[in-house]
Amino acid sequence: MERTSAIVTALRSRNFVIGGALSLIFVFLALLSFIWTPYDVTTLDIAHKLQRPNLSHWFGTDHFGRDIFSMIMVGARTSIAVALLAVGMGMGLGIPLGLAAAASQGRWLDEFIMRGNDLIFAFPSLVIAILITAVFGASAVNAIVAIGIFNIPVFARVTRGAALSLWSREFILAARVAGKNTARISLEHILPNVANLLIVQGTIQFSLGILAEAGLSYVGLGAQPPTPSWGRMLADAQTMVSFAPHLALIPGMAIILTVLGLNLMGDGLRDLLDPRIRNARS
Amino acid sequence: MLRYTLKRALSLIISLAVASLVIFFVIEVAPGDPASYMLGINAQPDTIAALRTELGLDVSKTQRYLNWVGGMLHGDFGTSYTYRTPISEMVADRMWVSLPLAAFALVLSTVIAFPAGIYAASRRGKAGDVVLMGATQLGVAIPNFWFAMMMVLIFAINLRWFSAGGFPGWDEGFWLGIKSLTLPAISLALPQAAILARVMRSSLLDMLGEDFMRSARAKGLSRRQALWRHALRNALIPVLTIIGLQFSFLLAGGIIIEQVFFLPGLGRLVFQSISQRDLIVVESVVMLLVFSVIVVNFAVDLAYAAVDPRLRSRS
Repeated sequence: MERTSAIVTALRSRNFVIGGALSLIFVFLALLSFIWTPYDVTTLDIAHKLQRPNLSHWFGTDHFGRDIFSMIMVGARTSIAVALLAVGMGMGLGIPLGLAAAASQGRWLDEFIMRGNDLIFAFPSLVIAILITAVFGASAVNAIVAIGIFNIPVFARVTRGAALSLWSREFILAARVAGKNTARISLEHILPNVANLLIVQGTIQFSLGILAEAGLSYVGLGAQPPTPSWGRMLADAQTMVSFAPHLALIPGMAIILTVLGLNLMGDGLRDLLDPRIRNARS
Repeated sequence: MLRYTLKRALSLIISLAVASLVIFFVIEVAPGDPASYMLGINAQPDTIAALRTELGLDVSKTQRYLNWVGGMLHGDFGTSYTYRTPISEMVADRMWVSLPLAAFALVLSTVIAFPAGIYAASRRGKAGDVVLMGATQLGVAIPNFWFAMMMVLIFAINLRWFSAGGFPGWDEGFWLGIKSLTLPAISLALPQAAILARVMRSSLLDMLGEDFMRSARAKGLSRRQALWRHALRNALIPVLTIIGLQFSFLLAGGIIIEQVFFLPGLGRLVFQSISQRDLIVVESVVMLLVFSVIVVNFAVDLAYAAVDPRLRSRS
């Protein structure tokens, strides 16, 4: 019963519905690309190069005659995979660090974790990517690691901030009296109560990850050819933008719509999950 | 304030030291010996050994790290493996493109975001607010390098108001230099301005609910007067932090934008060095970028504490 009402409330949020729908379209295209694309993205068809959008090639073709719609589909897969794994890495390392910092508040572990966070913050993901690429060469994996490392302090901070305010609450004290140790309290009582916040932050970092991946592959630090990625498509389009603007317009729109969708969904989620805002509205 | 400054200065030095260690050891992991790479596969062992001595590679790792850091403190960044010229000279030239670009973009984004954020907050919920916030929602979703390409298409290729790229150098005149940095700075600034305008708006709206605002209204000030005289000043504190953080984003983002406009900045230098495996240049430029981020954040922290005494007493 409660579940249905939650879904009804969710659907009443315009941001959540529009954002969710936009994001789902791209997730669907990415998944579909595993089993079907209109054309093969690795076959070159020079006879049909640089076509404008038309009936047989919905979004036109590039300078090698590759179908742009198919490349957008496979590119969605690259973008989503990189951003998702980077968020996973940030959450997987950042949340435990944040929980540990909050649990040992003020003591050396907290101080150590937070100073480490500050240090990572001084390395923008582009700079991390430059360092990794200089040593190991460019690849999509390096992009994931670079964006993922950047995400760690973000999640650690959000988790710690929210967890700190919980540690002074009565129900935590009660759990303590019941004899649970710090680690168990963190997992069983703190984590479920900060989960909403982390989901919202996760959506935001996911959309930032899509933007970062596009930027990295644009400068050649991300996915390497022949793997299509939106950033690479834009890099290839650059010299042809004067006579074939669709080569730049279409991947750009794909990035904007995906990021916009995720941001709207994040805003909607925050409104839905944060009771303070919900009460203020009604 | 002095105590606080000293404490922050100490953590600044520790951060810089740890950052330099991290960068040094990541680059150290790189496979291959720069000397044999430079001389090719047919080089004689004694030539390689001689070059290793010349490049300072024949000493222990610890000694090399100390030489690197010690050199940087004196403004000596070492010698490029590829060009055999001092890195400090290469970097200095490029800095005069990258730094003005970031500063230009920072000014633009502040100039756009402040009025936009104040306007939106003062018209909360009305049409103007909704339209502006919709625009910022779009602004944060646009990749700046794509926006830059569109600007080139419109203002350089179609309208021919600006050149599509390149940088004439400051010797050709100040305004010519500014002109060639205008499109890059706008493309860097607009997405940042969208974020800043949102922060400005929400920070102002937070202030509107404060007790001192009610007192100001009770005193007889109009909504608008109270906003300008009392809310704005207090709302600026979080906005300042974001501006500080944005500088590092602008510096890093500039590296990507430089590629769109073929600007001879730090970005070009780094990518060139990566493809030539000139790792010592990469190492020094990365350290320089991280150094600027850490120092800017240090300055913001101090400014923050100077404005808000509560922060000093805490911790």
